Amino acid sequence: MREHGVHMHGVMGEFETPEQLLAAARKAREAGYRRIDAYTPFPIEGLAQAIGFRWTAVPLITLLGGLGGGLTGFGLQYWVAAITYPQNIGGRPLNSWPAFIPVTFELTVLGASICAVVGMLALNKLPQPYHPVFSVERFARASTDRFFLLIESRDAKFNLAETAKFLQSVSALHVDEVKDEE
Amino acid sequence: MSVTKPPVDSPEIRRLEPVLEPGHTYASVTDKIAAVVLSRPLGLGWLAGFTLTFSLVMILFGSIGWLVVKGVGIWGINIPIGWGFAIVNFVWWIGIGHAGTLISAILFLLNQKWRTSINRFAEAMTLFAVACAGIFPLIHTGRPWMAYYMMPYPSTMGIWPQFRSPLIWDVFAVSTYGTVSLLFWFVGLLPDLATLRDRAKTRWQQLIYGALAMGWRNSARHWHRYQSAYLLLAGLATPLVLSVHTVVSFDFAVAIVPGWHTTIFPPYFVAGAIYSGFAMVLTLAIPLRKAYGLEDFITMRHLDNMAKVMLATGLIVAYGYFVEFFMAFYSGNKFDVFLAQQRLHGPYAHFYYALILCNILTPQLLWFEKVRRNVALLFVMSLIINTGMWLERFVIVVISLTRDFMPSAWGRYSPTFWDYSTFIGTIGLFVMMIFLFVRGLPAIAIAEMRELVAHESHSKQGHE
Repeated sequence: MREHGVHMHGVMGEFETPEQLLAAARKAREAGYRRIDAYTPFPIEGLAQAIGFRWTAVPLITLLGGLGGGLTGFGLQYWVAAITYPQNIGGRPLNSWPAFIPVTFELTVLGASICAVVGMLALNKLPQPYHPVFSVERFARASTDRFFLLIESRDAKFNLAETAKFLQSVSALHVDEVKDEE
Repeated sequence: MSVTKPPVDSPEIRRLEPVLEPGHTYASVTDKIAAVVLSRPLGLGWLAGFTLTFSLVMILFGSIGWLVVKGVGIWGINIPIGWGFAIVNFVWWIGIGHAGTLISAILFLLNQKWRTSINRFAEAMTLFAVACAGIFPLIHTGRPWMAYYMMPYPSTMGIWPQFRSPLIWDVFAVSTYGTVSLLFWFVGLLPDLATLRDRAKTRWQQLIYGALAMGWRNSARHWHRYQSAYLLLAGLATPLVLSVHTVVSFDFAVAIVPGWHTTIFPPYFVAGAIYSGFAMVLTLAIPLRKAYGLEDFITMRHLDNMAKVMLATGLIVAYGYFVEFFMAFYSGNKFDVFLAQQRLHGPYAHFYYALILCNILTPQLLWFEKVRRNVALLFVMSLIINTGMWLERFVIVVISLTRDFMPSAWGRYSPTFWDYSTFIGTIGLFVMMIFLFVRGLPAIAIAEMRELVAHESHSKQGHE
């Protein structure tokens, strides 16, 4: 859908309550739409599932970050205390692992936390200075009190007129075209 | 005829008391909180407060500058009292930070709805308190420009940190705590920064909040990952916060100095940290809700709950004091017995009695509902408890160090002007940061308040 350098990103419907949005999202899935997204001023339980998004890699990334941090922490201390800078203090064992627990623990938490945040941002593709949805003026209310459902033009079933009509049929207050200016 | 009033203290009334005053909508909570940042003019009170605290920060910079020129000899520390104010203040500040993480992480995991309107500024308080705390060990090294020696890096001298030392654990614990608190705070802020961006009135506001929001667009996919990350961070911050003051207590407990070498230290340090932290949250919340008219969001329920947490942790701290005494005599160790007696009769006994008065006796008033609901009294009590917690660290550090094993190693400690000016300077820094924060970022988590509005309206429908 390309005309005069303006690309049609999709059609967006505005809803008044989270319940209406949730119902509309479910109907859109039932109607066969797959490339959909929803925008809400606060997280809504079940909405991600309703638009067909279930699995997120954030916990896995966090686990890997924690493991990496912990192994780095212990490995660093073992290497320093037992290999590269050994100090014989009254014949005590060089690998005094109980004394290495606090730093290992702290670095586990540090690695996991950084990976949780960076992983979440990266999967969300943030920072992203521009996105077509911001071209819709009413969309500013997505961070206050309105709930939006977007059906993207990439969707196989997308048809500007019909999709707009569909959104109206599921009680959208407004339906806007989302244009992506290039 | 007297008008029948509902009983003030009936359990029904208490259960009904809202965490958010009724009648609020998504838009009204957003407007009210965002307006403090975006459109409210700078008041005389803010300007006066900022000016005062800014001048205190200048005193801090001056004191640190003089320290860099002359060295730690400008303080009252000398052998045997090597620690003095610097460590007392470090432990005090880092303890204050703990309540922020407790509110934002532990109460989140426990699904306590009342945390919502206080978590944001409690987390900010954590960050600023950790910043103030971090200054002290850094300048206490005497050569703060060489502090990087504490980090493990491949130096040309071929030396490495001693990882068996609690002081190095401290470096890792405090820097991890600072980093994770910042991440947690920023993740929580992200949707609110987007809210401010969408409502910004000037070009500068748009640019700053737009850049900070990083293009957050409230997508359901984003929220899904966001919630996952937030929950994980809460789960990670919970053991972290307990570990931080545990490690701080190891600084003392691992040493063999009488009065420090006890196993009660980690739990009682953590309880004390939460105790002083909640006191500081109250010290900040009470003027904040009044100055910006946020009584609808930070309700009496919040103040009441925080007072109860203070009472509970205060009792744990009292138990810690009792066990310290009991174990000193029960162990029969003559140095421990002597130290316990020195606390009661030694040259610093008045500090100990003041500590008991501030930390154990005063908070017993919180058993009474009338006291917990008296905002002015609660504010005064929060100041008293913070003083008490500072005295606790003074008693621990100074009495033990002045009364070591050998009478020949005994000494006295008295802080100098520069000790006081540095301490007061960090208080100025802390309050100045709070002043800036309140006008630069939303002091209450807006997105979470909208969620609370949805939750409240939902539960109301359920009851009808």
